[in-house]
Parts: sequence; C-alpha cells; structure tokens
Amino acid sequence: MERAECLQMIYPELEDKLVVTIMGACAQELYNLGHRENFFYLQHAMGLASSIGLGLATHLPNERVVVLDGDGSVLMNLGTLATLARYRPKNLIHVIFDNGSLLSTGGFDSQTASGVTDLDAIARGAGVQHVAHAVTTLDFGEAFLAAIERQELSVIVAKVAALGPDHYGMDLQLGENAFRFRRWIRERTRAAGATA
Amino acid sequence: MTVSYDNSKIIFDGIKAAGIKSISALPETWLGPLLQRAEDDADVHLLQVAKEEEAIGIAAGAYFAGTPHILLMQNHGFLAAINGIVSLAQLYRVPLCMLIALRGHWGEPYPWHTRGGIVTEAVLRALEIPFEYARDPGKVAKQIREAWTFSQSSLSPVALLLTRDLMED
Repeated sequence: MERAECLQMIYPELEDKLVVTIMGACAQELYNLGHRENFFYLQHAMGLASSIGLGLATHLPNERVVVLDGDGSVLMNLGTLATLARYRPKNLIHVIFDNGSLLSTGGFDSQTASGVTDLDAIARGAGVQHVAHAVTTLDFGEAFLAAIERQELSVIVAKVAALGPDHYGMDLQLGENAFRFRRWIRERTRAAGATA
Repeated sequence: MTVSYDNSKIIFDGIKAAGIKSISALPETWLGPLLQRAEDDADVHLLQVAKEEEAIGIAAGAYFAGTPHILLMQNHGFLAAINGIVSLAQLYRVPLCMLIALRGHWGEPYPWHTRGGIVTEAVLRALEIPFEYARDPGKVAKQIREAWTFSQSSLSPVALLLTRDLMED
C-alpha cells in the first residue's frame, strides 16, 4: 500500500476537517491532491503534528481534526500518545503512516522497520482505546470511515511502502500557511456562531 | 522554604485577568498550587503534557483555534522544548506566552538545577525570545498581561521568568 493512495482515498473526506500533516513526502502528497485552506503542513518540528491536533481538537469541539503523522515523527514524541489518551478528544483522528523509514530525511530505517517496534501496541499501551491497523487501502478506507463514524479518539496505523513523491515544492510560504489556516478557522467559527 | 500559596493565587488571578482561557503545563513543585487552581477552575482548560515540547504544539493549536492560551513550565522544560519553539512557533510566526519557573538561580540549594538555571537567560537571548523577571507579587499580574499582549502583537515567543523571590515564602 502506498501513502499517496491512502491520501487520495480520504481526500474527499478532508474537505470540511482541520488537517495537520507532518513534513516532507506526506505533506507534498496531500498538497499535490489540491491544497485547501483547512490544511496545515508542519514542515519541521517533527513529532508535534499530533500535539497541534490535540490543541485544535480541545479548543474546537465542534470541528473534526485529522492528523496525518508518520512513524519517524511519532517516535520523536511518543509522549503525545499518552497525552492524547489522557484527554481523549472525541473529534480527533490520528493517522500514523508507518513506512519503517525516515524517508524524507534520507531514507534510513526507523525502529519500526522489520517489525521491531509495534506502534499499534504502543498506542494501545498508552491508553488509546480505538487503534486500527491497516495493510491494504481497503482496510485503511474502512478504518478511516469507522473512525469518522465513531466520534471517539481513534488511531490508525497504516503500513505503507517507503515511497515518496517525484518532486517537492509548494507555492505556499510557511507563515502564509499558518495565517491562512487560522483565518479559515476564524471565519468558519464566526459563520457557525452567526447561524447558531 | 515552601511554595508561596499567596503568590500562586496572585499569579493565577493575573492569568485569568489577562483573559487566558487555556493552559498547557508540565507540573513541578513551584507550579503545583497554580495548576491546582487551574484544575479547579471551570473556566480554564488545563492540559498536562508528558514533555514540554508537546505544549508548543498544543499552544499552536489553541492559537489557530483562537483561544487565549499560556504555557507553564520549568526552565529545564523550556530547554527541552527548544526545537518546537524554533521550528514551529518562530518558523510559522505562532505566538507563545510562556511562564517559566526559574530554577537553579540565586539561592538555589539543589546542585542538579544549577546548570539549567545558569544558561537559561543566555539561551533566551540566543533564541531572540523577549523575557522579563517576575519578582514582585505586586507587579506580576501586569507583567503577565503585558507578556500576553506582546506575544500576540509580535507573533513571537515571550517568556516571563518566575523567580524564587516570587515563588517561595
């Protein structure tokens, strides 16, 4: 299974959700499907995508938040799984694309390569109740739709090939992404307030 | 020496008066009574992290969400959070209002705190993070309000260092 296929499959579902991606290949593949104002690409600070997701989900209980994480990033901030489990935001779906590789920083094996480290078990052990494991795109699509339906904190570990896009580059400056992401949320919150 | 409950209340009241609705924190002795007040206050959202760098991400999420948020941590936690501060907050122009318990400074009896205390100011300067020392309970509420205001106008991390004079009786 390729991450790009997974992203393509869920892309229509992301239209009305707050999406935070990690750096590199994952960010680029999402961007290549078509940037939206509700997408935030964390191009550095590895490990913090899920923490941003927790901050968003906690303070915007009426929104749905999707974090697109990776094995390399989540291994840099394993405490995040414990903190997510402690607060259990119902509106957060944490996808971890596990390619066993630090692909975007040189292609080195991560601790999950060859099945040494089991991220599902870590997530469960951290206290996350709903952890799905996907090895095919069908598994992944079903797990993602089930997580949307469930409305409980959900982690999906998706085993994907260590493949990335054939080019990198976005017509979007980092600060611009942050400013526009925040504005999109503000306008949507105002609009929701006006109709409530 | 014990933690000052009176001054912890003054600091918490100052946080509330600044309009803060949400706090991320890693608990430690000096911050304990403050965090207990936050936990007991229905109008304040408290998120306790496993490591301080997580709080940088949470603060960014709160900022995007439009919720006034501050971070409470020890200076060693600040040191542990530096990559998040640099490569999330500063890189993306996300403001952070950090209240930092300054351990390992004047009067510190514990050897293990001393290196962190000695380097904290120099690290803040190296990172171009504006900071002030909070020593006087009569001034700390104003300092919190001003730290918050400046973080929001500069879109920068800002640090208020909570000293022994303020935190201990």
